[in-house]
Amino acid sequence: MKSVDLLQEIYFSLSANKSRSFLTILGIVIGIGSVIAMIAIGQGTAKNIESSIESLGTNLLVVSPGSQKSLGSVARGGSGSATTLTLEDSNAIKQQVASAQTVAPTVSSRKQMKTTNGTDTNTSVYGITAAYQSVKSIEVELGSFITDSQVKSVAKVVVLGPTTRDDLFGADANPVGQKLRIESLEFTIIGVTKSKGGTGFGSSDDLVYIPLSTAQQYLTGSKSVSNINVQVTTADLMTATQEQITTLLLIRHNIADSASADFNIVNQADIMDTMSSVSDTLTLLLAAIAGISLLVGGIGIMNMMLTTVTERTREIGLRKSLGAKKREINLQFLTESVTLTFIGGIVGVLIGWLAAVLVTKFSGTTTVVTMSSVLLAFGVSAGIGITFGYYPARRAANLNPIEALRYE
Amino acid sequence: MIKCDKVTKIYQTGETQIKVLKEVSFEIKKGEFLAIIGPSGSGKSTLMHILGALDRPTSGSYFLNGKNMLSLSDDELADIRLQQIGFVFQSFNLLPRATVLRNVMLPLIYDGKTPRNQRQIKAEKALTASGLEKNRWHHLSNQLSGGQMQRVAIARALVNEPDLILADEPTGNLDSKTGDIVLETFKNLNREHGHTIILITHERYVAQHADRMIELKDGQIIADQETLGRVLELKEK
Repeated sequence: MKSVDLLQEIYFSLSANKSRSFLTILGIVIGIGSVIAMIAIGQGTAKNIESSIESLGTNLLVVSPGSQKSLGSVARGGSGSATTLTLEDSNAIKQQVASAQTVAPTVSSRKQMKTTNGTDTNTSVYGITAAYQSVKSIEVELGSFITDSQVKSVAKVVVLGPTTRDDLFGADANPVGQKLRIESLEFTIIGVTKSKGGTGFGSSDDLVYIPLSTAQQYLTGSKSVSNINVQVTTADLMTATQEQITTLLLIRHNIADSASADFNIVNQADIMDTMSSVSDTLTLLLAAIAGISLLVGGIGIMNMMLTTVTERTREIGLRKSLGAKKREINLQFLTESVTLTFIGGIVGVLIGWLAAVLVTKFSGTTTVVTMSSVLLAFGVSAGIGITFGYYPARRAANLNPIEALRYE
Repeated sequence: MIKCDKVTKIYQTGETQIKVLKEVSFEIKKGEFLAIIGPSGSGKSTLMHILGALDRPTSGSYFLNGKNMLSLSDDELADIRLQQIGFVFQSFNLLPRATVLRNVMLPLIYDGKTPRNQRQIKAEKALTASGLEKNRWHHLSNQLSGGQMQRVAIARALVNEPDLILADEPTGNLDSKTGDIVLETFKNLNREHGHTIILITHERYVAQHADRMIELKDGQIIADQETLGRVLELKEK
């Protein structure tokens, strides 16, 4: 048998049984497509959470004013109204705690701001020192970041987050040098930060930075700070540093009982643990859903392949009685299964990928189509398709042609 | 052309052995039109499978064109079926949803030596010989009547120009009128084209269309003689 004839036989066989071929391909398409889309959403979400965690900075302790709170309320950004922390506390930590590598006190509040063009927005204003840049690993896209001399001179300068820049000046505009009015004060824009990605929690894209001294003097009018970010030299010293800061601040605030402390310290490792456990659970859930889709798709393929066995067994008996050799029968049915699973596989990959793109477009959820998910989905479906398409045919080809012809 | 010597076939089902053929011996010459007749269970189907290289005897020897079939491998038997034997089945066994021409050309794709442009010519020649109307050639096989289907099957058996045509109850699924036409076709193929034909049937009436009749009962030949039809035919001449 020549390969041209083999291909023509397969073409005739598949096109003569259109609904059978279609349903088999459909089973494979659904199996592969759903797995790829599901894994893309899962991996996208995990990546999102990862970049959110990264945007928090590394080896970070956050000292916030107010009594001990649960993790969740602190994670909102430490916007408590208590005013027990001061710049002096921050300086004391810097001087007396050896393992506190960088200390960055911040003042934050939400303010209305307006450009000279008339566009306005309402967003967070962070009063910071130069140290904040290294603590939060902020990168500057345009212009420069706030310097210590600007903090010292109470300069009216502002650095925009990329989202705020987009809101006020339009996407990718360069507003450096322009004026921005916050409350009734005019600030000069000196820079725009790079997007850190990550939405919602910990997003550092939708805000503006001004010098800490400027914020205290003109916007809050008090000496207190909203929180103090402490970057610890190494991860091992996190807990020890946390204890040292607690002791120091208790003494400074004249509090004997640590239970009635007027501040609290959140260890970033705690946040990371919580977030990665959420991310792990999510990934597991999506993997389970993907696994079930793959199983259902696989059973669909199996079912389709097995129901055609009776008809195909008679056909195999006929072909053998006409003089077809076992090898020729095997080759035909193997090629048929491979053709079906590959057509279904390619369409399935395209549909899964398209679904991932559409999810990103309409829900904003990040999706990541990985090569490994494509290979996994393709591999399992093709394996099932080829096995259950080929194995019964192989068994039939081994039968005596008479038995195969009489097969009921 | 065919020489069977003490052909025995034993089927083993669990503990019990069933001796379906008991030392059957006969010879068939080229160009003969032979009927093998017997009630069900007489072993005629088993004999046909052995003659058709679909099965091997348990013991004894079967020579087709001087070749002992007992010593051949599965693939060699497939080659014999491809080159030297054409089958016509009771239930036609056509590929459904395929055209008449494609059904007839089916054996040609396996021989690997008939050029593609020759196949349709050969198939058309075979269909003409089997007497199927030309306007049916491009129909799908499952759109045909029983008699037409059997003609397609006969054409398919002829297309490789085999030495031997084996027909297993070819009229079993047909009404008597259509059956007669099919039997006339076989006779015509034998008389006009010189094909060697073996007809397997349980009906004496059908067997009368052949020239020679081998009667089987319980796995043994009980009669081997010229048919009444042949005797009458010879008398007329």
